[in-house]
Amino acid sequence: MPFHIALLGNPNCGKTTLFNAVTGASQYVGNWPGVTVEKKEGRFRRGGLEVVMVDLPGIYSLSPYTPEEIVSRQYITDEQPDLIVNIVDATNLERNLYLTTQLAELGRPMIIALNMIDMLERRGVSVDTAALEKELGIPICPISASKSTGVDQLLHRAIHMLHDISHEEDVAGGEGQLKSRAAELHRELHHIHGDLHENRLPYHPIVKTFYDWKISAAVEAVEEVIRDLPGAGSAPRFAAVKLFEGDPILTRGLPLSAEQRRLVEGILASVPETPLVDRQMMIADQRYRFICGVCGRVVKKPRKPVVTLSEKIDRVLTHKALAIPLFFVIMLVIFIITFGPPGSWLTDTVSNFISGSLTDGVRQGLTSVHTAQWAVSLLCDGILGGVGSVLSFLPQIMILFFFLSILEDSGYMSRAAFIMDRPLRKIGLTGRSFVPMLMGFGCTVPAVMATRTLENERDKRLTVLITPFMSCSAKMPVYALFISAFFAKNKPLVIFSIYLLGIFVAILAGFILKRTALKGENATFVMELPPYRLPTLKGLCIHIWERLKDFLSKAGTVLLAASVIIWFLQSFNTSLEMVDDSSRSILAAAGTAIAPVFVPLGFGFWQASVALVSGLAAKETVVSTFGILLGAADETASAAALNGVFTPLSAFSFLVFVLLYTPCFAALSAIRREMRSWKWTLFAIVMQLGVAWVCSFAVYQGGRLLGLG
Amino acid sequence: MEITADKLKTGQEGTVRSLACTGALRRRIIDMGITPGASIRLIRKAPLGDPMEYNVRGYELSVRRSEAKEIMVEVH
Repeated sequence: MPFHIALLGNPNCGKTTLFNAVTGASQYVGNWPGVTVEKKEGRFRRGGLEVVMVDLPGIYSLSPYTPEEIVSRQYITDEQPDLIVNIVDATNLERNLYLTTQLAELGRPMIIALNMIDMLERRGVSVDTAALEKELGIPICPISASKSTGVDQLLHRAIHMLHDISHEEDVAGGEGQLKSRAAELHRELHHIHGDLHENRLPYHPIVKTFYDWKISAAVEAVEEVIRDLPGAGSAPRFAAVKLFEGDPILTRGLPLSAEQRRLVEGILASVPETPLVDRQMMIADQRYRFICGVCGRVVKKPRKPVVTLSEKIDRVLTHKALAIPLFFVIMLVIFIITFGPPGSWLTDTVSNFISGSLTDGVRQGLTSVHTAQWAVSLLCDGILGGVGSVLSFLPQIMILFFFLSILEDSGYMSRAAFIMDRPLRKIGLTGRSFVPMLMGFGCTVPAVMATRTLENERDKRLTVLITPFMSCSAKMPVYALFISAFFAKNKPLVIFSIYLLGIFVAILAGFILKRTALKGENATFVMELPPYRLPTLKGLCIHIWERLKDFLSKAGTVLLAASVIIWFLQSFNTSLEMVDDSSRSILAAAGTAIAPVFVPLGFGFWQASVALVSGLAAKETVVSTFGILLGAADETASAAALNGVFTPLSAFSFLVFVLLYTPCFAALSAIRREMRSWKWTLFAIVMQLGVAWVCSFAVYQGGRLLGLG
Repeated sequence: MEITADKLKTGQEGTVRSLACTGALRRRIIDMGITPGASIRLIRKAPLGDPMEYNVRGYELSVRRSEAKEIMVEVH
């Protein structure tokens, strides 16, 4: 049984950076979708120990108001990790230590990683870590996760603590494997007897000094009452404090008898609340007082506070008059670079290579060794035609992701939320739904996952519902194909209008939903504005690599399978004979059945229906499907063939439908996960299909009325 | 003089006295370090005057005007 180390800390304190630095890129990293939140696990071996490191979501407190807080709290009390690594942002010591005081009360072995120590020095501030360690009685390692300094010492100490915890020295005098096996056995025993183990430190001694004598006495008395209750057994001190505060979730979860309830109420009555100060305020206040005391003794600040670079940047980027124009300029520049000459050039180069030299080479090679005609067709028309046509858009998608990652890593996203909150609130959204919406331009899956930061269920649902309208990067290949076929002259205008339409529909849908299905109060906007940080190359690479990996695995699985299936279905008829003309194939029959729905939209032919259905697997599939169906090996041929079945008006109507209709299965499963309800997921699907149909209908019929079609 | 935090002038500092709000908002504000005795300074307002950015316990926190109205501060 491996040892478990849990990483815990405030949002934005460098937890994931440390996680990546420790587990390394080559380590196994699994994603488990929890009920609401994902925690990441990474495995490594060190000092003869097998260790699982768990990266928990960033939290400010262990109060039960956000899903992140609940998940982290439950993980520690239920799973009982062997060691907590509490990451503390040294540049924000007071607020970070607030969580530390709560974690200490959970009574698990703990070590503090004091992160961003290098940033602190630049501000002329110093922290006496040895003194802090002494004050808290918790081991502290200064580190810089981004530069990977101090991480080794941190691990060294952590492993040492794990060794101590398992009492390894007492158990075995053997070497290596025998040693760790003995440690494992001992640890298993610990787990079995976990609840009975009274003499293991129930909590860090420091917790006794957080509160004044009156509150301390009350908390200890409550602790005595509830000590043996199931649900409190693993962290009685923590449960006692929460009971003292009147924490609704924990109070409901504890099976107090009438007698115990009476006892607890009696104890609480000894510390009466006043109109201004209730018990949760008392606890928080005293935690902060304790922290201020400690910080006053260990932190040395310069006489004159240094105006940080971050503050100087903010004076411009959140300037009263400049902020909003600057925001639009930034977005415009990103779009110009992605879709303008630099992005197009890259795409063309890759596309020419795949459809030109690569396909020709493979075809000639296979023909020269007398490969069967169907196999050549499968490989060149099916796989290279399908997957290849999508692969050429990889450069553009990566450029877009590169910029979005910079916005995310630098801290600008929260400024965007800050400056746009007021205008967005006019239409019923909040500044916080803005970040997921912007991320939606990259990929709907992480964007929908980012709605987790919204505490209000209604705001969250609303954001999840409208985020898919923001045109995701997977739709880019579809636009590009149609634009090169029909609107080559007006490329920037058409691209821009499509993106704008997505934003407009999202806003309109938000406006309507907020007044109908999702009526209610706005969520709070109590949000940290983290200092700007220069995005690290490593961080950006990880973001882009994640995307690339995702894309390539999609190309290798979903797209490949879809290409092969589509190729098969369009090459054979219902009697499984190979047909020359795909209009007599199985696929044509199926497509023809759905096609009437799309007649009023201008694309009521079977190829379009099939392409749209295949787009549910992944939006890029729309392109590959057309590639195969129209028998076109490359983009130019596809474009020519499209001219045979679409008019410019019906092509635009088709693009509008692709923009707005139900996102891919991956996005749908993310939506299902965040909504935690099938009903709402179904609502999302129906709404998106409906909106897409209505908008396409309006475009096509409107265009015809204007004499465009 | 006691005022609500939204009435602070840009750059002005105040000491938190009490919170008028309840429930989740109260919990969140407390957890973020706005407790009686804490100093809070208005750094800037967003371009449209709302939300507002405060410095509290050495970091920057954004709060809506309506939420800032729930924070009573004593100005020096």
